[in-house]
Amino acid sequence: MRRERTPLVLGGILAALLAGGPFIPQWAIFIITVAFAKGLVALGLMLLLRAGLVSFGQALYYCLGAYAAGALGRFLGIGDVFVQMLCGALAAGLAAFILGFLLAKYRGIFFGLLSLALSMILYGLLVKNEALGSTDGFNILPSTLFGVRPGPDWVRYAVLVAAAVVSFFLAFLVHRYLGTPLGRLAPAIKDNEIRVEYMGASARYAVHVKYVIAAVLAGVGGALAATTVGHIDPDMAFWTTSGEFIFITILAGTGSVIAPFAGALLYEVIHTTAYDLSPNTWQLSLGAALLVIIVFLPEGLWSLFGRRHAHRS
Amino acid sequence: MNQLLSVGVDGAIYSAWLFTAALGLTLIYGVMKIVNVTHGSFYALGAYAAASLTGAWLARGYPPMASYAVLLVAALLVTLVVAPLIERGILRFMYAKDEVVILLITYALFLILEDVIKLVWGVNPYFIAQPYALLGSFTVGGLAYPTYNLILIALALVSGLGLAWLLHSTRVGKLLLAVIHDPEVSRAMGINVDRYYLYTFTFGSLLAALAGAYTAPTVSVVPGLGVEIIVLSFAVVVIGGLGSLPGAALGAVIVGVVRSLSVHYMPQVELFVIYFVMAMVLAFRPRGLFSLAEPRKI
Repeated sequence: MRRERTPLVLGGILAALLAGGPFIPQWAIFIITVAFAKGLVALGLMLLLRAGLVSFGQALYYCLGAYAAGALGRFLGIGDVFVQMLCGALAAGLAAFILGFLLAKYRGIFFGLLSLALSMILYGLLVKNEALGSTDGFNILPSTLFGVRPGPDWVRYAVLVAAAVVSFFLAFLVHRYLGTPLGRLAPAIKDNEIRVEYMGASARYAVHVKYVIAAVLAGVGGALAATTVGHIDPDMAFWTTSGEFIFITILAGTGSVIAPFAGALLYEVIHTTAYDLSPNTWQLSLGAALLVIIVFLPEGLWSLFGRRHAHRS
Repeated sequence: MNQLLSVGVDGAIYSAWLFTAALGLTLIYGVMKIVNVTHGSFYALGAYAAASLTGAWLARGYPPMASYAVLLVAALLVTLVVAPLIERGILRFMYAKDEVVILLITYALFLILEDVIKLVWGVNPYFIAQPYALLGSFTVGGLAYPTYNLILIALALVSGLGLAWLLHSTRVGKLLLAVIHDPEVSRAMGINVDRYYLYTFTFGSLLAALAGAYTAPTVSVVPGLGVEIIVLSFAVVVIGGLGSLPGAALGAVIVGVVRSLSVHYMPQVELFVIYFVMAMVLAFRPRGLFSLAEPRKI
């Protein structure tokens, strides 16, 4: 019965955000919105991680989503947050559908290395592309919602609401997906792929589907990050960005669809405070935290909450 | 014709540099089955240590010709301190884990080392251009090249041939080949596998640090050196086949020539082509060009 609490928790957090949003300071709204964007990417990585796959190139789809959103503004003059997210999702989903035919065959480090190579290809293309601002990137149009541009005091809140609604809707869909036979195949693929095949299921098909879902989530996240930050550059496709997403996913664990968002928020808070306190050692603390989690909490921070329930069922 | 010639010379220099930088990565993977992200940190450590030590050497007015040996000493010093610390202190407890998990662990160590470097050396750039300029230049087809580049080529030849000799013609190397082939049986036969892992990790890291140390005079040593070299080394090693020594050489030559061609004829695709080749190789020969058929283990 525990699983069915997730929609309630999602709805509760959403309501709290909507009601409390106007009272949260602007900088905090910014952090929460970026956490939603990164949480979406981590949610996709979680799907892959449940099947034992670690993508070292999820930044490919994050960056594609961001540039799709940016191109809308630059070439068509569209700054609508929802259209941007939709376009980001479509661009990333389409690319992942095509590349998925190739990647779905790969496991282990080869999956990681090939996805890394693909994201670096995009990085290499963007860095030298003058029309898209090469290494400097370019600015995104101010965000609008359904054609309305909110006032300067309200734009961050409006984007936060859009981000929260879309993120929780997608998280709910992923939650439902995890309950389907295809979703439940993930741990089986991780444990023993040959048995999955003997059972009559296609591991390759299952991985392909997960890969496309993960890319769509990353595309939405990228578009969201683009409109929130207001600027995009090729570093969004660099491998260190992918590393950041992996960090969030490992930190959060695969226990629940809420975990990646909580992990992303925690990451953003650590990032902001640690960077303020000591800009030269924040990576050190991140690395140490990652090491501790891998060794002592292989199921992520979320397992701290779940352990009690696991015994009961 | 002249342009082709300079493509060749540039390609040779760049290939040699890449080979030295990537060799340790393939050695460590071959023996320990670790995709070692800290390789980039050792490259950066080597570069910083070389910058400090050589800078101090030259500032005291000691003979500048000896600075080439100082670069070597710097790489040795920093690796002999840091590499055993990491292998004995952390990595040796992780060998039972999955390849991907060890990759993440080395990534965590990489993040830590990045900041350790910043703490020790600060964030300002270091320059030691003197060894680079000291040897003058040579001319090929009307274009002048710094003679220092010949040192890079020599370094690649020495480290590649040296490693091949070590592996195939010495007792230590033959025992190491046994460890690569089957660590468990080697252990049963009385080989101290743990010690070979320590040696391999230190030696592989030393190669990275050497590459960093000898690159230091040609660039400004800044934070972020390791971040860039690590993906390039991955590309080289993956193209040739993870864990293969001739593979790393082939990968370095392919990437070197492809990059030099694109720099001369289509500069806008310079970075793109390297990773495109890497993706293509992975797509058609996932285990690299020099891979052998592997028995399927259930």
